[in-house]
Amino acid sequence: MAYSDSERDGFRLSQLIYDSRYRAITIQAVTLALVVAGIFWLIMNARNNLAALGLTPSLDFLSNPAGYDIAFYLIPYDSQMSHGRAAFVGILNTLLVASLGCVTATIVGVLVGVLRLSNNWVVSRLMAVYVEGFRNVPLVLWILLFFAVLSESTPAPRAFKPDENGVSQASMYLSDSFAFTNRGVYTPAPVWSDGSGWLVAVFILSIIGAIYYRRYARKLLFDTGRLLPMAWPALLILVVPALLAYFVLGRPVTLDYPTLGGFNFKGGLNIPNSLLALWLALTVYTGAFIAEIVRAGVLSVSNGQTEAAFALGLRPNRTMSLVVLPQAMRVIIPPLISQFLNLTKNSSLAIAVSYPDVRATLGGITLNQTGRALECMLLLGLFYLILSLAISLVMNIVNNRMKLRER
Amino acid sequence: MKKTVFFGALTVAGLAAGVASASTLDDVKARGKLNCGVTTGLAGFAAPDANGNWDGFDVAVCRAVAAAIFGDGNAVEFTPTTGETRFTALASGEIDMLARNTTWTFSRDTDLKFDFVGVNYYDGQGFIVPKALGVSSAKELDGATVCIQTGTTTELNLADFFRSNNISYEPVPIQTNAEGQQQYLAGACDAYTTDASGLAATRATFEAPADHVLLPEIISKEPLGPLVRHGDNDWGDLVMWTMNALIAAEEYGVTSANVKELAAAPTNNPEVNRLLGTEGELGAMIGLSKDWAVNAIAVSGNYGEIFEKNIGESTPIGLARGLNAQWTNGGLLYSPPFR
Repeated sequence: MAYSDSERDGFRLSQLIYDSRYRAITIQAVTLALVVAGIFWLIMNARNNLAALGLTPSLDFLSNPAGYDIAFYLIPYDSQMSHGRAAFVGILNTLLVASLGCVTATIVGVLVGVLRLSNNWVVSRLMAVYVEGFRNVPLVLWILLFFAVLSESTPAPRAFKPDENGVSQASMYLSDSFAFTNRGVYTPAPVWSDGSGWLVAVFILSIIGAIYYRRYARKLLFDTGRLLPMAWPALLILVVPALLAYFVLGRPVTLDYPTLGGFNFKGGLNIPNSLLALWLALTVYTGAFIAEIVRAGVLSVSNGQTEAAFALGLRPNRTMSLVVLPQAMRVIIPPLISQFLNLTKNSSLAIAVSYPDVRATLGGITLNQTGRALECMLLLGLFYLILSLAISLVMNIVNNRMKLRER
Repeated sequence: MKKTVFFGALTVAGLAAGVASASTLDDVKARGKLNCGVTTGLAGFAAPDANGNWDGFDVAVCRAVAAAIFGDGNAVEFTPTTGETRFTALASGEIDMLARNTTWTFSRDTDLKFDFVGVNYYDGQGFIVPKALGVSSAKELDGATVCIQTGTTTELNLADFFRSNNISYEPVPIQTNAEGQQQYLAGACDAYTTDASGLAATRATFEAPADHVLLPEIISKEPLGPLVRHGDNDWGDLVMWTMNALIAAEEYGVTSANVKELAAAPTNNPEVNRLLGTEGELGAMIGLSKDWAVNAIAVSGNYGEIFEKNIGESTPIGLARGLNAQWTNGGLLYSPPFR
C-alpha cells in the first residue's frame, strides 16, 4: 500500500482551511488580524474625527497654570500652579479616601462577617439586616444620604457666634476642641516644634521594641510552651517611652485649636463633610460585601477544626483568631482584592458631594477649562489602571504568604 | 471574493459615518428639527414649564432659529447640558447650537474650536449673600466659603479676584444651579457666585428674596451668547443673522404683533423691507426662504419683547436693560445692517 504520501508533501494553500493540522492556526490568525484591524480602525477613526474638528491630541496643557482653586489639598496648592499639580492634588485626595476606606471597610467587614455567624439571634439578625440593607442600595445614594445628614443636622459656623445676649446657638465639644458644622468637622491639629524629631524617633524605636517583644514571646511559646501576656506589655513599650520623652523634651508637640474667626473656624484641622460622607459611605457599603466574604471564608473552614480546638480547651475567641480565621484567610483574600479595587474605583463618585478627587480635578475642572476631554479621560483611566494593578500586586503578595505551606 | 468586497464596503461605510458631515443646515433640514443645547434649568433663561415646554430668554433664540429654518418655532429638540457637558455635546454634534449663557472667551473661540455668533446678554460675575451676614462688599469676604458652578469661567474669575485682592476663600464646587441654590440656602456656603443675571434669576425663586443681597462688585466681563461648531461658516452665519434679525427688529419697531402686517407689503423703510423679505433676496443668501426673519420674529417677538417677557423688570427676575439696551438708548446692542 505504497500510494504516495509524496504528492502531499507539497504545501497547498487550501490546506489552511481543509487540513485540520493547519485550520486552528488559520482561524486564530484571522481572528487576531480582525481584532488588530478593529483596534486600528477605532484609533484611526478617533484621529480622523479629531483632525476634522481641528484638534490635535497633546499633553502640553498639563504644564499651564490651572487658574482654579481646590477646597481640600494635602500638598501646597494655589490657583497659579499647573494643571499637572492640580491633578496630583486630586490623586492624593483619591488615595487618601481610598486607603481610609479600605482600612475601615475591612474592619467593619470582618466584625460584621464574624458577628453574623454569632449564636446570638438578635446580633446575627441585625448584621444580616445591615448587610442586605447596605449592599442592595446604590452607593451614590448612601454618599448623598450621609452628606445630607452631615450637613443638614449640624449647625452653620455662624451659629457658634454668641449673639447680643452672649448666647450662641451651638457649642463646641470637649472644652472647645471639636466643632461639628455643616461644612466639616474642625479638630485640633498638632504643631511640631523643636525637639519633635526626637519624639518621633523615640516612638519609632518603641514600635520596633514592641515587635521584638512579640517575637520573643512567640519564640518562648513555641520553645517552652510558656505563654507570656502579649497585649498590655506591647502597649506599655509603645506608649511609656514616648510619654516620658514628651515631658523630658518639654512638650515639643502642641495642639492648635480651631477658633471662630470671620466666616469660618480658623486654625486646627478641617475635615470637610464631603470627605467624611464619602469615607463613611464607602466603608459601610464595601463593608457589607466584605462581611459576606468573611462569612463565606469562615464557613469554608470545616466544623471539625472548631470542635478540635474546643476539645483542646481553646476559648471561642482564641479558636476564631488562632484556628479559624487564619485558615479562612485563604478563601477571603482573593475576593477581598476585588472589593478593594471596587472601593478605589467607587471613590470617583466623590463628584456627587464635591470632594476634589482626581476625577473632579483632572477629569472635571481641568477637562472643562482646557477642553482636552480625550487626553484627560485617557490619563484618568491610566491612573486608575495603575492604582488597581498596584493594589492587586500588593494583595497577591499577601495572598501568597497566607497560602497553605506545602512541604 | 464577494466577502472581501463586502467587508471592504463595510469599512468604507464605517469610516464615512465616523466623520462629521459637512453641512449642518442640510443635516438639520433632513432631520426636520433643530437640536439646541440649553441649561438644565435656570428660571427666565431656560427652564421647562409645568407642561414640560421649554421657555426662557435662551430658549427664544433656539426657537427663532428653528422658525427661520422651518417656519415653526416648535421644531426644536432641547438638550439640557451642564457646565461640564455643554462643549462636548456641541463638539460631538449631539447639538447643532448651544444657547446656554456661555461666556465668549478667546480660548473657547480658538482652542476649543467653536464660533460665538454674537452676544445676547452682556453680563458680569457677581455675589449673593444673606443679608444677615452683614457684608456690603465682596472685598469683605475674606475667609468665606463660596459656592461656585464648576466648569465655568466664573471659577477662574473667582480665583483671580480673591488672589488680586489678597484675601482667601474656600471654594465649594457644585454641578448645577439647583444644587448651588440648595447648598447656599442650607448655609453650606456664605456666598454664591455666578453671572449677576443668573443670581437675580436664582434669587427670584427663593422663598424670601428680600433676605438676600447682591453685592455691588461685578468682577468680570461675561458676554453671553449662542455658539456653534467651528468650521461650518454657513451655519454660523445663519444663527448669527437670526439673532441680528431679532435685535434689528427691535431697533426698527418690528414686533410679533405687527410683523405679519409689515411683511405683507413693502413699507417705506427699505431696511425693514430687506429684513422681512419684501425687497431683495437676503433669505436665499443663507439658504433659507424669503420670509425667514418674519418667522423668526413672529415666534416670540423681537429682542426687546423676549427680554421683557422672560427676564425684564416686570418679571420676578427683574433685570434692567442696562448694557443690553439698543445702541440708540445707550446700550451695547448693535446689529450690522441688513443689506
